Amino acid sequence: MTAHRSIEAATTVRVRIPSPLRSYSGGRDEVVVAIPVLAPELPPTLAGVLASVESQCRGLRFRIVDEQGQLRPHIKLFVGLTATRDLSTPVPPGEDVTIVAALSGG
Amino acid sequence: MPRTAARPSAEGGVTLLIATRKGLWWLASDPMRREWTTRGPQFLGHNVHHAVADPRDARSVLVAARTGHLGPTVFRSTGGGRRFVEAARPPAFRSGSGRVVDHTFWLAPGHATEPGVWYAGTSPQGLFRSEDGGATWSGVDGFNEHPQRKAWCGGDQDGTPDGPKLHSILVDPRDPRHLYVGMSSGGVFESVDGGADWTPLNRGVRADFMPDPDPEYGHDPHCVRLASGNPDRLYQQNHCGIYRLDRPGNVWIDIGASMPKSVGAVGFPMVVHPTDADTLWVFPMDGTDVWPRTAPAGRPAVFRSRNGGRRWQRLADGFPGTQAWWTVKRQAMTADRAAPAGVYLGTTSGEVWGSRDEGDSWWCIARHLPAIQSIEVA
Repeated sequence: MTAHRSIEAATTVRVRIPSPLRSYSGGRDEVVVAIPVLAPELPPTLAGVLASVESQCRGLRFRIVDEQGQLRPHIKLFVGLTATRDLSTPVPPGEDVTIVAALSGG
Repeated sequence: MPRTAARPSAEGGVTLLIATRKGLWWLASDPMRREWTTRGPQFLGHNVHHAVADPRDARSVLVAARTGHLGPTVFRSTGGGRRFVEAARPPAFRSGSGRVVDHTFWLAPGHATEPGVWYAGTSPQGLFRSEDGGATWSGVDGFNEHPQRKAWCGGDQDGTPDGPKLHSILVDPRDPRHLYVGMSSGGVFESVDGGADWTPLNRGVRADFMPDPDPEYGHDPHCVRLASGNPDRLYQQNHCGIYRLDRPGNVWIDIGASMPKSVGAVGFPMVVHPTDADTLWVFPMDGTDVWPRTAPAGRPAVFRSRNGGRRWQRLADGFPGTQAWWTVKRQAMTADRAAPAGVYLGTTSGEVWGSRDEGDSWWCIARHLPAIQSIEVA
């Protein structure tokens, strides 16, 4: 099953939500967001995906991205199977986004 | 994000808000303050730095929290703590400033004539204000953007291992525009224009860790309190002793010198009696060598002065007499407004101790909680 498909001028991305953030997603472990596509050669970026997530899950973004637009420490993002901290990373068609929150010790 | 939990009824008794490293608990007493009931947790797993009830309406409660991996936020309740909603715009520095709030450390209700106004102090040092009961927060530019701020505070990476903090936000009950703040590090600062400009207020306070032991700023106040029985009187527990200031004077008086030498004058909390400005309590901790910040020699004691710090009395009736290596953080000690006043402290080992007789004797009223970060009377 593909989670990412073009629908005319928009595409959808499946975003996996870790348990610490599910109070913002109504308990859902994933949300699917629609992202406008300006041109086929310009896939959405992680920043755009997170902005769309925010429209569904108000308050989530600030818990993982600080006021200077940087991913907070102990948070990791994956596009498909590739980890990145760069919010300008493109999200190609068919790739999921996974948010991972790192915990250690007590 | 709404959160629901039962709040204990405390009609005729005292209710305490216990903020811990792993959530928020409530303690409620009977009218005699003998029996205590523990309720909670709320925000289980959240690192709650401060939880404060609004004395102006007896209904609002604000909670400053973050978790190990998620950013800092503020939750607010207008229903006495039964249901909390997250702030739509938590305290955050201006985009482009390069500064990032690590956690909101201190919450303070505004002046009685300004319902809905709250102040927040953050780590690293920042001052924020809400005018809608904590729903949205804006930086106090007169402080955060002050051209001297970096000189006063140092860089955001220069502070203590737990992060440099702005704390002890004090509002003069006679004038909403007259404010004080304390910063670790930075010192005590005063504003007489509602936060538009600030002036250091540190004369007389030692800073023996600095190259210049008598600087204008750069001090390390741990906790500063305004005496509610006399708003011209300030006390502070500092890294370098205990001090009193009587305004309009501007030179702090060292009142820690009269503490026993074997105990010293290092500690974090400072509590002033609700009506008697000459009565105050401190909880000394070990500030020798590498600063263990535990009860000296493992023998915890509160010290009380009845005369503005001229003399101190050791109070330990009920406390363990040995091998009790308590740490009490700067927000984890408070007093109620009953007569005689109740005094309460919480340890990082998760115990709450209370006194019904102004510190003469002590009982453990809760144990087995997570590390306690603050205690406030609701």
